[in-house]
Amino acid sequence: MKALKISKSPDDAIKDLLSSLFEKQKIKGVFSLCYDQDYFYGFVTDKNLLNKLTPTAPVMPANGGKMLSRLTMLEPIQTPIVVVLRPCELRALYELVKLEQANIENLIFISFICPGVLSLKEIKGNIEEKVANVNQKQGLRECCRFCENFVPENADLILPIIDGENNNKTTIFIKTERGEELLQGIENNLVEEDFDSATLSSIREERTRYKEKTWQNIKTENFGIPGLIDIFGRCINCHACGRACPICYCNLCYFDSASNDTGPRVYEEELERRGALRLPSGTIFYHIGRMIHISLSCVGCGMCSDVCPISIPVGTVFTKIAEATQGLFNYVPGRDLEEKIPISTFKIKEFDELGEA
Amino acid sequence: MEEKEFLPRIIGFLCKWCSYAGADLAGVSRLKMPATLIPIRVMCSSRVDPLFILAALLRGADAVLVAGCHPGDCHYQTGNYYTRRRIALLEKIFDQLGIETDRLRLAWISASEGSRFRDVITKFTQQIKEKGPNPIKKEIFL
Ligand code: SF4
Ligand code: SF4
Ligand code: SF4
Repeated sequence: MKALKISKSPDDAIKDLLSSLFEKQKIKGVFSLCYDQDYFYGFVTDKNLLNKLTPTAPVMPANGGKMLSRLTMLEPIQTPIVVVLRPCELRALYELVKLEQANIENLIFISFICPGVLSLKEIKGNIEEKVANVNQKQGLRECCRFCENFVPENADLILPIIDGENNNKTTIFIKTERGEELLQGIENNLVEEDFDSATLSSIREERTRYKEKTWQNIKTENFGIPGLIDIFGRCINCHACGRACPICYCNLCYFDSASNDTGPRVYEEELERRGALRLPSGTIFYHIGRMIHISLSCVGCGMCSDVCPISIPVGTVFTKIAEATQGLFNYVPGRDLEEKIPISTFKIKEFDELGEA
Repeated sequence: MEEKEFLPRIIGFLCKWCSYAGADLAGVSRLKMPATLIPIRVMCSSRVDPLFILAALLRGADAVLVAGCHPGDCHYQTGNYYTRRRIALLEKIFDQLGIETDRLRLAWISASEGSRFRDVITKFTQQIKEKGPNPIKKEIFL
């Protein structure tokens, strides 16, 4: 792979690159994590504001894929912009394209091999000193700790893992022709280099081990209704997990709609049947319903767990279910735009035993 | 003291073109079968949102039957292939959550298969009888 070496920190290297791209009029804007009193996603078109960018800070204030879908759902962005996203955000964006809720025309992607992000509650003020924690795994989202898809697919430029140790040296790998075109006339000191595969496999092994341990502890397959109540019983039905989830794509969520209200028609019936009714009602229905709706496309970003006001490990449960449902169809969300979401297609010969009862 | 015999309540989503007609045929042919099915006619088995099934089970149905035309015979060409994937998905999720999948059944029944309709209902009823009432009925805290 062709690569570019820059003796600067990853953030500065990206910002320098962007600044030259602006100067050469190769791009008209950038979508990236920014910092100004707090972290947020910014769509920046003024070159003088590039100093607000913190593209690789280990923070995900919102899933960037979802944010981009909000910008591009109706029409693609008209001029070329560079987008810096984490692997799971990029995959979410691809799923949203399949769901006709995003458009990636004119977007050039920079991504990086992802060490994970800190839980939102760890983030107060500037967290530069906490970046080192990412190495120690302190305060990381649980979903990040067992994420095995941390090498970005479908990005034009890729940076290696950013763990606070590469302060003055950055490598930018050029993954696509588009990436190469972008750098033409800007950088010509390219070298041949590959990802450090030993590091990647040791990270992967560690995460797989962590995942297996987590799956064993949570044992969803023993839940049954009592186990579901145990884990989701405190749910206040705020639907924040769905709001933050990049894949929960409905403009009006069924569970927020009038069809799902607990009006007299519903509660009279329930009272007759059970003699008592729990409120808020329908929380288990909501969670299993959401698994039906989104598990095939769940990218394991952990937004859902992170925004839950009462710390239910939503993402841990969902990613486990997602691994099983995605495995059923051999589907990897966000891998390939041509690959249809399994529920929107079929094969003539499959699941032959179903229906023959 | 004699206990009242448990008669399961099975919610049946039947496609208008095949399975509902098959049920009709079973009826006019006066085939004998247990009165356990509460039929709901849908235009196609693929009209059945998995949420319908989930809601029925959570609200205390003892079982749910989804029935449609045999693969290849769908009135709308391919609807039942989608149904099949959805049921496979739902079963997988139930499985992963430790929820019984044998209270859910998919059956292909054509308009001419009145006796198959009877057999499916009879067998399914028997199996659910053996399992007993849906335990979810007793949970208040849903
Ligand atoms: S369910 Fe949770 S982990 Fe999965 S995509 Fe949605 S927010 Fe991310
Ligand atoms: S829970 Fe289901 S209905 Fe609600 S937004 Fe998510 S996908 Fe849509
Ligand atoms: S964010 Fe937490 S409390 Fe709110 S609906 Fe989701 S699981 Fe329930």
